[in-house]
Amino acid sequence: MWTYFIGRLAISVPTLFFVTIIVFGLQHLLPGDPALALAGEDRSPEAIEAIRKQYKLDQPIPVQYVYWITGVLQGDLGESIRTKKAVTDLILEKLPVTVELALLSMVLALVIGIPFGVISAVRKGSGLDYTTSVVGLAGLSIPNFWLGIMMILLFSVELGWLPASGYVSPWESLRGNLAAMIMPAFVLSNAITAVMMRHTRSAMLSVMRSDYVRTARAKGLDERVVILKHSLRNALIPVVTVGALQLGVLLSGAVLTEQVFTIPGFGKLIVDAVFNRDYAVVQGVVLFTASAYIALNLCADMAYFLINPRMRG
Amino acid sequence: MTTLVISAQPAEPSELLRAFRRLLRRRSAVVGGIFVLFFILVAVLAPWISPYDPAATNWSAVRKAPSMAHWMGTDEIGRDVLARMIWGAQASLLAGVVSVTIAVGLGVPIGLLSGYCGGWLDALLQRITDAMLAIPFLILAIALAAFLGPNLTNAMIAIGISTMPIFIRLTRGQVLSVKVEDYVEAARAVGNSHPRIAVRHVFPNVVAPVLVQATLSIATAIIAEASLSFLGLGQQPPAPSWGSMLNVAKNFLSQAPWMASFPGLAICLIVLGFNLLGDGLRDALDPKEN
Repeated sequence: MWTYFIGRLAISVPTLFFVTIIVFGLQHLLPGDPALALAGEDRSPEAIEAIRKQYKLDQPIPVQYVYWITGVLQGDLGESIRTKKAVTDLILEKLPVTVELALLSMVLALVIGIPFGVISAVRKGSGLDYTTSVVGLAGLSIPNFWLGIMMILLFSVELGWLPASGYVSPWESLRGNLAAMIMPAFVLSNAITAVMMRHTRSAMLSVMRSDYVRTARAKGLDERVVILKHSLRNALIPVVTVGALQLGVLLSGAVLTEQVFTIPGFGKLIVDAVFNRDYAVVQGVVLFTASAYIALNLCADMAYFLINPRMRG
Repeated sequence: MTTLVISAQPAEPSELLRAFRRLLRRRSAVVGGIFVLFFILVAVLAPWISPYDPAATNWSAVRKAPSMAHWMGTDEIGRDVLARMIWGAQASLLAGVVSVTIAVGLGVPIGLLSGYCGGWLDALLQRITDAMLAIPFLILAIALAAFLGPNLTNAMIAIGISTMPIFIRLTRGQVLSVKVEDYVEAARAVGNSHPRIAVRHVFPNVVAPVLVQATLSIATAIIAEASLSFLGLGQQPPAPSWGSMLNVAKNFLSQAPWMASFPGLAICLIVLGFNLLGDGLRDALDPKEN
């Protein structure tokens, strides 16, 4: 197991290195003098000179990279030109909100996607299977920001059941928190639910055709036991990996969902940073997201290794 | 007198024609194709079918509900929503097609090079591809659009670059499986040059999966363009785009819900169309379907 883990970790290191190159390279896409752009609204010669010194823009690009990556490795992602706060602090401040939203969405995707995937596979070719497939395809085709807007229109404007926007900390009011988060979580889970449903269905169909399931049936086991104990347990193995890969979709989707529902999370941080031309924050968020994605994929690989007996030899 | 009738055997239909026939037999793909064709026609015919100038404001018709004069109502400054929807189709389709063309134009040659050459070049290109795939698609597109500057052209470039790694991976995978085939070995044995083998013998095998992925990627790119425009990083006002229309519409939900309904519905239908068509193409081009 450790050999496998070290092997996967070894592949992650060069990937992370190239991520840092891409993120560092972003500031060189800025048209004109990067110091001028990075200075934001304060374009006094002193401010521009300070930026030039801070980012070592007067040095050759490889030297600039070495200075930048040294800071990154020490947890220094730069400073926000807008709030004058450290980018790392800003990210850590906003992260819990997005993590809560992502976890709630993943729970919804699992709770809705897997059972419907199973039912769809068990009743293959039925009206229910067809409906599930159509709903799944629709889930992949509906942009989540539009779904969010439509849900606000229905549940907030027309029915007045849920708040249209804002965030309440769970420490302040758990009920208020759930009321504020349920709609965004559902919206964010939409595409992943569809993916989970489709993957569970195809994994179940393939498992249900296997010999050991036929044997279980031949032994006279109850159909429910055959489906839940013998089929689903094995069908869920690839679904774990798919679920982990969807974390990237969650992080992307959170940007739009948080914007629609005005949730002060990680996604809103990057959008606000873009409009404030707060490039250090944009770079910090991209780097953090990619690192988190690589780490989560590593965890998913490990989970896959642990739950799949064939991987262990 | 006898007449000699020479009846030619019907020509063997080409593989492409057979695939097209298989595609036509799939009802969902046909429905998808009709949706796509409809929006292409709307985009192309926009100058002739648009009932109003999409940028023309009318202060006496602000936020008017759908009526005979304005079939989809008007927006917050009295512009006709239908006219903006029709012209918005151009931006969406253009963004979808151009960004996927960028992704294919860059991704396929890189994937071909990576898979065919192998060795250190392959390892290097794959680690860079891994790095690009590690940054969530929309976040990479937002970052690129932010640094390049917010406009439709840069949004298309950003989406294209963010989509590229999928094509690199797809092409490389195909090349790896094809380059060990006997006919490629034979082509090498008779002295064909590497570029010729890559282009004449390996590349044709990549076309079908790339075509399927491109169709599905257009759907993703259309959503991405709408997302960037919704965030204000795509098409800039007053030029119409479905995403930017939704961005404004969310501020007038209680007073003018039609402003949000129609653009969102259009995005869903066009994306659904490309998804259905892509799924159908995948089945139709699958050799196992023969």
